[in-house]
Formats: sequence, structure tokens, C-alpha cells
Amino acid sequence: MPFALSPERERKLQETLERYPTKMAATLPLLHLCQEQDGYVSEDAVEFVAKRLDVSPAHVKGVVTFYTLYNQHPVGKHQVWVCRTLPCALRGAYEVIDHCERRLGIKCGETTADGKVTLRTAECLASCGTAPMMQVDREYHENLTRDRVDQILARLQEG
Amino acid sequence: MLKRTNYLTRTYGKPEGWGLAAYERDLGGYAQARRVLTTLTREQVVDEAKKANIRGRGGAGFPMGVKWSFMPKATPAAGAAKPHYLVVNADEGEPGTHKDRTLMEENPHACVEGCIIACYGIGAHVAYIYVRDELHLSKARLEGAIKEARAKGYLGKTPFGKEYPVEVHVHSGAGAYICGEETSMLNSIEGRRGEPRMKPPFPANAGAFGCPTTVNNLETIAAVPTAFGMGAEEFSKLSALHHIGDGGVRLYGINGHVKKPCVVELAVGPTFNELIHDVAGGVLGDKGVLCVIPGGSSTPVMRPSETVQASDPKSPLHPWHGKSVFDVPLGVDTMRGVGTMLGTCCVTVIAEGTDPVWCMQNLMQFYRHESCGQCTPCREGSAWLLRVSEKILDGNASLQELDGLHDIANGIMGNTICAFGEGTAMPALAILQKFRPEFEAYVRGRRSRADARLTVEPWS
Repeated sequence: MPFALSPERERKLQETLERYPTKMAATLPLLHLCQEQDGYVSEDAVEFVAKRLDVSPAHVKGVVTFYTLYNQHPVGKHQVWVCRTLPCALRGAYEVIDHCERRLGIKCGETTADGKVTLRTAECLASCGTAPMMQVDREYHENLTRDRVDQILARLQEG
Repeated sequence: MLKRTNYLTRTYGKPEGWGLAAYERDLGGYAQARRVLTTLTREQVVDEAKKANIRGRGGAGFPMGVKWSFMPKATPAAGAAKPHYLVVNADEGEPGTHKDRTLMEENPHACVEGCIIACYGIGAHVAYIYVRDELHLSKARLEGAIKEARAKGYLGKTPFGKEYPVEVHVHSGAGAYICGEETSMLNSIEGRRGEPRMKPPFPANAGAFGCPTTVNNLETIAAVPTAFGMGAEEFSKLSALHHIGDGGVRLYGINGHVKKPCVVELAVGPTFNELIHDVAGGVLGDKGVLCVIPGGSSTPVMRPSETVQASDPKSPLHPWHGKSVFDVPLGVDTMRGVGTMLGTCCVTVIAEGTDPVWCMQNLMQFYRHESCGQCTPCREGSAWLLRVSEKILDGNASLQELDGLHDIANGIMGNTICAFGEGTAMPALAILQKFRPEFEAYVRGRRSRADARLTVEPWS
């Protein structure tokens, strides 16, 4: 089915286009809108972005594959990113990762069987002073303890 | 010398401290943007900016005012064909760096006011603040501040009644550390892959959309209203390193193995020892310091046993000749003088007992993941650095392979379009050189991954 933005997102796109001197500049913001809607950037969405911004699908695909945060495939309902880079690792990030993997019964990069949680490691999320930390969807959770991680994951698995 | 200040951080932690009401009450609320737009010329703004001695807060430490002065004098209003742009770098992602985020979250109006003054100084009418996508709260606070400023008439067609339109937009990244490199950031704003560009041309001549552009770090821009409010020279003199052109106050972050990791505002010039012991409460478990990463993972590590070698009385480091590098005031030129870089001013402290080989492997995994892949030496070199580091950790590497790491790192240095190559190779070489016995212990089978620790206490 061809991709189309919801009316609200369509309005956001119009606002975005006014901010830049070229249409191409809206590539990243528009891809964010597409992903917000579907959870990932489908081939149809790539075609849609290319048409709307008068660029080639190859250009859009190149952008999608370059940036870590664009999902090229469907992912779980919730995104859990655990920072693994050195300042967090010095405060226990590897143990946080192990704990999450055991708790969820999956490895990093995988999604739980019920489709609720995708677990991934992240590179430095600028939260080194409050390490260890993880990002859940749009929210940061800092100074993580074992109890706190358990609470967060339990909430995700229920919801 | 440790001198605490609160010019940027006064509203931190206060209820609604990020709103316009708090900014007007505690921090002068756009008085400087008003003064600049309604009473100063563009040249006067650049002169003032130069006198403030604000060294770029993003890592390279280039003087902000000098950068502003590189912008062409002619603007569209004066008949030039191309508009000018301000791009503000808030793609904070250098491992160990956590300062810009606090400004966006707790004092976003300083960022917006700084943008207005900077736009006027460089002849631009549009500023893009490039924020990494993950920082959703930062983006929301900035957008909120922009909205408030626009409603007050501080942004728009006639800010403060002056016929000088200024618009500020937030541009979201999408998860690529390399976009913190200025030309990569420009490509990303234009809607392309974030691959760095060859320089020249420099952004001041051909930046965003092929137009003259100034790229400044977010903290650099946020410091501008304070500097202008106090008088640029007065601001610069707050610093212990004012005499060598490194002025003002800035944010310092301390993280890793310390009791109280934090972000604090200090006059430029504290030492590692002051940051670790007086600001961050000392090392976890009261251990000694193995090494520090001075300002983001790309800056070479320093060990407390290293001493300053500056016997020449003319050297700016001479007063510390023979002393520990941990007692030297942190500044752009002082850190360069002792063989590392000031970087982002966020120090990662690593306690004794931590495994430096594992640290190296962890960092190389970061660089391997974040290399944009455009230049072969960096793309392949970062992968090799990671692979061999892993082999060493697993006890499968030969002495030859350990020595080969130096060749790989040296093969990256100077052979890439952007400084990411050096950012990968320099810390690798420093760790290799300063922890040779630890690396050899792995190769000779005297140490294994089972003994290696990164934390001081188990996570609980």
C-alpha cells in the first residue's frame, strides 16, 4: 500500500519545509515523521519521501542506511537502548546489559517474542555524569540500579 | 585555581528554571540581544566577541570571535548574492561529554539569545541548532524557548523593533557521532548522509547550502550573552588563563570512577586534582587514579605520574615545570603543551585496578561503529584496531600483532578527510604507549580477560 502521512504529520512537514532553502534539507525530518508513524522506514516510505522532496529513492535509501536511528525493519513496540560506551561501562553498563538480556530472555539487537521490547546497545548518549543509563523510547533513565531496571522493564512488558 | 561561578547555571535545578520568566529574573533576559541589535554595528559585535577570548567549547578550542571575523563582510542586505547561516553544534556525543545537554535542558534561553547575537555578528538571519535525535528533552526545551522568544518579539521579522530578521530552528540528527564534525553536520542539515567534506573551502566561504556559515558549539554560543553583559574583557579576566587568550567561565564535567560525578561551572583553569578531589569528592573506594581522559574519548589519556617538561622560561607551562600534569590549569594551550587536548572539558576518571586493555577495546568499538566509512584508512583502520584489541583481550594475539596496532593507528593519522581519524588513532596510541606492560601481560599469557575489571564496585 502506498505510504501517506497522517494529516497532523503532513502539517508538520509543511512547517518543516518552510525552514530550509531546499526541499532536500527536509529529508531527515521527514524520515523521522515516517518512522514516528510506522515504527520503521519502509520501502514505500522511501518512495514517498523521494517523491515529496524531488530527490531520488537512492538518495533517501542512502540516508536511511547511514543513520543508526532509522529502523529499516519493523521493531518492537518499545525501544530500549543501553549505553555501553566507556564512561557508562566504568559504572557497570556491561552488567546492566547482561541483566536486561536475562530479564527479557533476548540478546541485544533482538525483539521479545510478544513484540513488546527491542533491546539494543547505544554508543554514548551524553549522560556520562549519571551513568549507567538507558533510553526507553523518548525518555532517559539515569543512575540505574538493578531495582530501577527491573521496574522499568516490568512496566514495558505489561504495557 | 578552583573558582566556582554560576553565570550559565544559575537557573539549574530551579522550578521552571528553563522558562523565560526565570531567564528574565535571574539571567538578564535578552537585554544583551536587545542592546546588540539596537545599538551596535556588526563590526563592534565581532570586536567584543574577540575580546571575550571564548575558546570554542566543542573540543578544538578555536577562538570564537576570530571565527566570526572570517565571515564575508558583504551580506544580501549589502548586495551579496548568498545569505549567511549560523549552525550551532549540539550533537553532543563524544564519549565522556555531558555538558551541552544540561544547558539545553536547564538554560535554553541563553542558547537562543546567543544565537541572536551571533547571527547579527556574522550577518546571518537564520540559525540551525543541530541537536542529536536522542536528546528529546533538550529539543523540547529549546523549541519551547524559541516559541517564548518569538511570542515576545525577540525573534522574527523585527526583533526588538530592529529591521533585522532572525529565526532559530532546531534540526534533529538521526544517530551518527560523525555529524558533530562541522562539515558532516552541514551535509546532514542539507538532507544528505553525514559524510565530512574536504576543506577548503571552509564553512565561512561555502558552508550550509553552499553559503557562508559559522559553526559554533552550543556552549560557546550560550556563553555569549554573559560575556556581553559583563563586558568582554571582564568576562575573559575571570579565567586563570586570561593572559594566554583562554578566557571566561565554562562548564566542566566529571564522570567515571569518582564519588560525585557532575557538571559544574568554573572559571577557566582548574586542575585535574581539583576537579577529582574538590569537585567530585575523590575517587570511588578511595583508590588512586590510573589515568584520566581529559576531555572526551578522542583526547589522549594522562597519568598522574606524568610531569611537565618546560624548562624554557618563555614557555607558558614553565611555572609548572617538573610538577605533575594533574596540577596544571586546564586550558586549550596548556593541555596541548603537555601532549594531550583539552577537548570538551569533561574529564573521565579511571581508578587504579581498572583494565586499560579493556578500556581500549571498548573505545575502539565506539570508533569502529561511528566511522562514516568514507576514507579507507579510517574505515578499515578502526575495524583493525578493534579486532586486534579483541584478540589481545582474548589472549590470542602475538607480540607482532600488538606492535602492529601502532602501525595501524599511524596509518590513519593524517590520511583522512576529517579529524575523526586522529580522534581514533591518538587515544589508541596514547593507551598503547602508556600501558605497554599491561598489553604485553595479555600477549605473554600472564593476564586474562577473567581478571579484567572496568568497575570499582559491582553494579547493584
